[in-house]
Amino acid sequence: MVSIVDRRLNPKDKSLANRQRFIRRAKRQILDAVRDISGRRKVTEVGQGEEEIRIPADGLQEPSFRKDTDTGMRRHVVPGNKEYQAGDLIPRPDGGEGGRGPGGSPTGEGEDEFRFTVSRDEFLDLFFENLELPELARTQLSKVEQEGVQRAGYSVSGSPASLNLTRTMRNSLSRRLALRRPKREEILELDREIDRLERSGKDPERLRALVLEREALTRRSRLIPYIDPIDLRYNRFTPVPRPISQAVMFCLMDVSGSMTEDMKDLAKRFYMLLYLFLERRYRHVDIVFIRHTHIAQEVDEETFFYSRETGGTLVSPALREMERIVRDRYSPSDWNIYAAQASDGDNTPSDNATVVELLENAILPLCRYYAYIEVSEERGWDALTDLWEIYQKLVAKGHPMAMRKVKKRADIFPVFQDLFTPAELRR
Amino acid sequence: MINRFEADARLLYTGPDWDYRLVKKAYDAIERIAVDEMGLDPYPSQIEVISSEQMLDAYASMGMPLFYRHWSFGKHFARDEMLYRKGMTGLAYEIVINSNPCLCYIMEENTMTMQTLVMAHAAFGHSHFFKNNQLFKAWTDADSILDYLDFAKRYAAECEERYGAEAVEQVLDAAHALMSHGVHRYPRRTLNLKREMERERERRRHEEQTFSDLWRTLPRRKPEDGDEDPGLDARRRALGLPEENLLYFLEKRAPKLAHWQRELLRIVRMVAQYFYPQRQTKVMNEGCATTVHYAIMNRLHETGQITDGAFMEFLHAHTNVVFQPQFDDRRFSGINPYALGFGILQDMKRMGENPTEEDRRWFPDIAGNPDYLGTWKSAWAEYRDESFILQFLSPRLMREWRLFSVTDDADEADLKVEAIHNEAGYREVRRALAAQYDLARHEPDIQVVDVDLTGDRRLILEHRVLDGRLLEERNTLMVLRHLANLWGYPVSLVEIDPRDEDILNAYEDVEPDRRMG
Repeated sequence: MVSIVDRRLNPKDKSLANRQRFIRRAKRQILDAVRDISGRRKVTEVGQGEEEIRIPADGLQEPSFRKDTDTGMRRHVVPGNKEYQAGDLIPRPDGGEGGRGPGGSPTGEGEDEFRFTVSRDEFLDLFFENLELPELARTQLSKVEQEGVQRAGYSVSGSPASLNLTRTMRNSLSRRLALRRPKREEILELDREIDRLERSGKDPERLRALVLEREALTRRSRLIPYIDPIDLRYNRFTPVPRPISQAVMFCLMDVSGSMTEDMKDLAKRFYMLLYLFLERRYRHVDIVFIRHTHIAQEVDEETFFYSRETGGTLVSPALREMERIVRDRYSPSDWNIYAAQASDGDNTPSDNATVVELLENAILPLCRYYAYIEVSEERGWDALTDLWEIYQKLVAKGHPMAMRKVKKRADIFPVFQDLFTPAELRR
Repeated sequence: MINRFEADARLLYTGPDWDYRLVKKAYDAIERIAVDEMGLDPYPSQIEVISSEQMLDAYASMGMPLFYRHWSFGKHFARDEMLYRKGMTGLAYEIVINSNPCLCYIMEENTMTMQTLVMAHAAFGHSHFFKNNQLFKAWTDADSILDYLDFAKRYAAECEERYGAEAVEQVLDAAHALMSHGVHRYPRRTLNLKREMERERERRRHEEQTFSDLWRTLPRRKPEDGDEDPGLDARRRALGLPEENLLYFLEKRAPKLAHWQRELLRIVRMVAQYFYPQRQTKVMNEGCATTVHYAIMNRLHETGQITDGAFMEFLHAHTNVVFQPQFDDRRFSGINPYALGFGILQDMKRMGENPTEEDRRWFPDIAGNPDYLGTWKSAWAEYRDESFILQFLSPRLMREWRLFSVTDDADEADLKVEAIHNEAGYREVRRALAAQYDLARHEPDIQVVDVDLTGDRRLILEHRVLDGRLLEERNTLMVLRHLANLWGYPVSLVEIDPRDEDILNAYEDVEPDRRMG
């Protein structure tokens, strides 16, 4: 007696609940690992696919009473004796297990480490827990950014183009049935009968009756139209607001000599986080890299982070470049625009007024959000920089702007969290 | 020409692809050989086709089709999945559950030959063993294990809902740590898991009915002066000490646990008990299944029911399964239970058919007895790994495998070859190999010996050290912590040399770090 069952269509993720329990348990370690990974990737590469996670096994061991391998006496029986005789002594091989044990696990992981992979979604969830772009929720809901149309049932009026034939004919049919509109076949049949009687000339009584009936039917079918205006149904469409599903992220960075490699690395991490964040919320995210010294230019990522430039420091050309690019390629009605600026805070003092002017009148009105991080090397004092001072005034006026100082790698994540934590959750 | 048609008509299948009709046809053909010709007595089967992902799922929860939820299963899944995806490990061709009907999971990726092999292996080999072996009869209840697991799963989920996932996790973590010490080694009564679910309700009802708040108001008896040792023996008798089933002891005696916590301990204990026979019969179980599939596939080929190509494919898979690398081989990772079990059983068959002088001396009962099937069946029914090896491992097989026994004494600089495959060493090698499969030697002997009821209610455990092998410290401390959390008061463990009652090591007063209940 046997039954054969196909279980392949059963729900697959039977162990999902266990997996979630596991991830919850190892959360702290996993978060550390995720942060570490984000440091080693290109801006657009983070969270591209599955990630291998290595975490310390603290709190993940499943202990049991077991015997120590280093004490007492053990006896093994093994196959493959070549030359040993009873009583032979074999020097103890390194590694305790006498060269017979599993010589290191195949994964190359130590006892104190646990390795596994997380899916892209899990990775990003971990990455972004409790992070929320503040303006995002509001702007997405309140600002109708584009009109779209959507089917919304049927209506009795409309343009001929949106006539719904199926509905209309269904109504017509039921009306014709209900009112007993004579069918074409019935009339044809009658005609044939009349014709036959006329030719034979027999039974004039019946002929007369039939002619009368024929007239009644004709009148009836004229009174009850095949399609009546009350049968008509039209597809109905309603306009709906459709949020813009694409975003562009402008990365502005000062690359003059005063920015060290370390500072650029800090900035890179910030851009990376911002990119990931936007990527999660928009179907499509573009990145524009604009570097500047006293002149500004759009470059690719490699050049942006790793080539050196010399020159003075002017911020306004970068803002102008951004404005130009927006005008050329990213119409604010089609794109959500974000800007992230990283700098050591230097600016030529004479440029400050221009920067404020540009930001207030040109850049900030275009942007959903403008983030400024000031990277600096650790030093004993904190002098207020040019940019910091002028930006602070802008923030105070309530522009969609945020600014933070970052000194070391470990600062990046908290800063990001800080910048984008919804205000109501902030202490 | 006609002959070829006849031959083709006998074939069960020709290509590598399988479908349900072919699987059913192959199953029926196997059944005719297994039951009618070999006289096997398996459970009825339920063959379930699953995907590799579902196989990983099943791996994660101890191979069981349904199980309560716990993070450790998620951890194992994460690990197995990564190893599998990277191609570091393959998956088993099949998983078989000791249940009635016997559940066999077969993978969709298998070829038709593999499906045939797997069915012969699991649905007849393992299934016969499960149904007939004494240990399984005494310890497992194949009729209702699936219902019980379903009950366990729902019960744990209900507890999570009622008391929080974290509270349940704490109990399960602790229970898992003690799982290897949560079995009764000696049968008390036949297990009936169906009754288990009713018993749970009864226990609760009894508790509710006999509850009386008045007891709380009674004044407690003060310990009388000079009553220093209030009768160790009486106390131990009252608590049922010594007790080696730690989970059982905690379930019954831990003072602070709530009803549902005791029930969770019981569930883990029942599962541990269910798996206890499997841990003791790895070699025999796999040996039996491998022997059965080998016999059946050969018979299918002899009778022209499978093609030569299919038979070659089978031999390839079979050879991989029973491959035993030598100790100095890079692939060596201990003795392969499939190889050992299959080796011994084939050797028994050879002794029945072509006994040598030596065989007659060593095995007067089976040498020359042509009913090797009968010998096999009685071995499958009556033995476990340790006794099986001790009884049936022949000198000839020891020579073939070139088995030798090595002593590894931590106090000595060198390893010592104790005995090899020669006249002087056969018995010693055989005894040592059998001991290797003796769970009682393998697992530390730990018992609850006393509870300090008059003092701080400290629980005292004893490890009776065998061959000077102490407990591994890090693990032990973690387990004791779990134990203390369940017990609610400090726990101590002493490691004692049973020869002279010397205390070799002690873990004093491990305090609970969480409150349960």
